[in-house]
Amino acid sequence: MNTLEKRLLNDFQRNLPPSPTPFADMAGELGVTEEEVISGLRTLTERGVVSRVGPVFRPQRCGVSSLVAMTVPEARLEAVAELVNAFPGVNHNYEREHRLNLWFVVTANTQEHLQALLQHIEQQTGLAILPLPMQAEYHIDLGFPLQWD
Amino acid sequence: MGLTARDQQLVAAIQGGLPLVSRPFAEIGARIGLSENETIERIQALLADGTIKRLGVVVRHHELGYRANAMTVWNIPDDQVDELGRRIGGVNFVTLCYRRPRHLPDWPYNLFSMIHGQNRAAVLHNIEHLIERCGLKAIQHEVLFSRQRFKQCGAHYIDAPPHQPVVARMHSPSEGQA
Repeated sequence: MNTLEKRLLNDFQRNLPPSPTPFADMAGELGVTEEEVISGLRTLTERGVVSRVGPVFRPQRCGVSSLVAMTVPEARLEAVAELVNAFPGVNHNYEREHRLNLWFVVTANTQEHLQALLQHIEQQTGLAILPLPMQAEYHIDLGFPLQWD
Repeated sequence: MGLTARDQQLVAAIQGGLPLVSRPFAEIGARIGLSENETIERIQALLADGTIKRLGVVVRHHELGYRANAMTVWNIPDDQVDELGRRIGGVNFVTLCYRRPRHLPDWPYNLFSMIHGQNRAAVLHNIEHLIERCGLKAIQHEVLFSRQRFKQCGAHYIDAPPHQPVVARMHSPSEGQA
């Protein structure tokens, strides 16, 4: 990671200038050319380090979702994770170090659809689920300060 | 959902990222029939009303070496949860902070915070720091490190209009964990 790349990653997580020429503005701040900024961001995107240059939306403005936790027997974990992943609207599926060891988010267009999906997941896995929908959000998203070794 | 049809088109056009060209807002506007100025004005309005939390470079922490993340859950008295939630959510290494229902007796925790770090020790250090800084010594908590990632594909905010291909994109772990 060169110096320009580090600054592109760290300094503009929440303040892309919404001007007609945001990359030229960034270049001005960084003391490089607009082409260097654009090609730097392209490279970082191609390498998978940058997901995109754009908006992060506030969650749950449309559709409904719930975090879900399950206690899955160790021997079935891979199979159950795969089964759960096959449902539409399932994302962020993680194994975590806890008795409740499988955690994922289910999204749907309506509350009814969401409840139906959760029921299907219980039926198909034969395991109880713990639905944990968001009730309030407290996080102020300031981006994430990066540390370099 | 509170968005006009025009704003929905705009959201669909920018959710996958801005084109990396000299005049990205002109290009976005051209796709949906807005001028460059109108596009910028609508994006500023969506930022102002909080629909867009931030506009910028969205990094993938995992790919950058931030391999550890711990969902840290807290059992906070109901009359303190808003106050402490805001305090925890304002700390810069906390990437998510939500109130969720308890499920007694098995699950007493009502506040969830996501804490990232380059490794386990860094995450634990951050949690200690958080306890000090936010006055959480008396609060029961548990730290749930992730062990395996089975899927990390963020849901799209709005389906793209039919003429645009919908591309499944990997999102950073700080997103979408509703």
